[in-house]
Amino acid sequence: MNMTVAQSAAVSSARPMQPAGAQREMPNAQETAHEKISVRNLRFYYGDTLALKGISLPLYERKVTAFIGPSGCGKSTLLRILNRMYDLYPGQRADGEVLLDGENILSPKQDKNLLRSRVGMVFQKPTPFPMTIYDNIAFGVRLYEKLSKAEMDERVESSLRRAALWNEVKDKLGASGQSLSGGQQQRLCIARTVAIKPEVILLDEPCSALDPISTAKIEELIDELKAEYTIAIVTHNMQQAARCSEYTAFMYLGELVEFDETSRIFTTPSDQRTQDYITGRFG
Amino acid sequence: MAEHIVSAYDAELAALRNRVVEMGGIAEKMLDDATRALVRRDAELAQSVINTDARLDNLQREIEENAILTIARRQPMAVDLREIISAIRVAGDVERIGDLAKNIAKRAVAISGQMQPTRIVVGVEHMSDLVQEQLKDVLDGFTQQNVNVAIDVWKRDGEIDALYTSLFRELLTYMMEDPRNIGFCTHMLFCAKNIERIGDHTTNIAETIYYLVTGSALVSERPKNDDTSFARVGES
Repeated sequence: MNMTVAQSAAVSSARPMQPAGAQREMPNAQETAHEKISVRNLRFYYGDTLALKGISLPLYERKVTAFIGPSGCGKSTLLRILNRMYDLYPGQRADGEVLLDGENILSPKQDKNLLRSRVGMVFQKPTPFPMTIYDNIAFGVRLYEKLSKAEMDERVESSLRRAALWNEVKDKLGASGQSLSGGQQQRLCIARTVAIKPEVILLDEPCSALDPISTAKIEELIDELKAEYTIAIVTHNMQQAARCSEYTAFMYLGELVEFDETSRIFTTPSDQRTQDYITGRFG
Repeated sequence: MAEHIVSAYDAELAALRNRVVEMGGIAEKMLDDATRALVRRDAELAQSVINTDARLDNLQREIEENAILTIARRQPMAVDLREIISAIRVAGDVERIGDLAKNIAKRAVAISGQMQPTRIVVGVEHMSDLVQEQLKDVLDGFTQQNVNVAIDVWKRDGEIDALYTSLFRELLTYMMEDPRNIGFCTHMLFCAKNIERIGDHTTNIAETIYYLVTGSALVSERPKNDDTSFARVGES
């Protein structure tokens, strides 16, 4: 991986006094955390345009991984590959490997519906369905499971509770999902994602359209959700990445520049480009 | 290093850095003057050192206020964050150096009329010269963000400790020889101790420079040659 070369070069030039044993190692060297998703030499094409130029990185189970980088660097593209959202569009293709629990999800044999039930996604703008709050949650569940009325009620409640929305909507489950505020709509979308009991949750700038209070609620939610789920979050808010994630990937022009523990990325990044980007010195 | 997209951010960091450098310059002069006042028994010079300390205190307060404002305003990351934290730390060390120099000046006033054994005074002066060199080097190292200078200063502190230990023993001998020396010798002992502690603050600054540049702590055991804390009277 090219980042290993860059890292060791940076370590040897900037840290002259450190004994060899204290050098920065890739996080997975000491980690016993399971790689829920392993991205290996992933390339992605929009028609003839190469948008991801051979990305390799892990997403650790029950950890939050943040993706940062300037617009157009390929963060959202990468996220859209992880549940094969790109398949909906002609002319877009990926090669390389994306292993979910060891199985390559890019394989043509992959059942996309099953994949999307395992890897849920929340978008930048809240996208509630034009139906009641209750049905917003139940709709997706019905596609995968046959539940009794009581079981479904329970599932709706537990999902809304998990998304920290239950207390605000429990008396108006029959109201339209679109009648909620932006922050509530976004939490409804998270509840909808959680209801299907996925293993991985992808969040594509989930707070960019929200006020600070709703943002704090979503961040609190992320903190709670990571006990059970593997989470990937794309964000333009550097402080949010620093607050919410255990690992951070910095991408630039379709390449992965640096992947490391978040605590290192935001205090002592290895790569000059990462440093320039997070300190506001870029281009 | 490349400039920030927001140029006011660069201006804030530069202003912070300049204030720290200004503090360093004042502290250097205070130590130099206090030492000369001690050697020459110049009470007037000593008094001017005592008066200067307030400027140092004010500058430190300004640095802290501005650092806090910049943190609140810019949410600094990586090297910027380290730079701001380093400015706060170095300002704290330099402020303490000023206090210690002021204390030497006060003692210079107190013993200005008394007879002084030349050897002792020369010993303290020599120690002060060494520390002043350390202080100058480490402040240059801070301005240039030079890790090698910092490491060099950090390692050299052992010499100062050794010198302090020998002065300590010498002063004990004088006090045992004639109890009338005790008042003077005690003042000189405190002066020597103050200078030794200024040396310790220069090593703190060296550690801060290392952190600022590399992002990691300078950890391995520093050479220490000050064993006076274990000394017993009558056994030296």
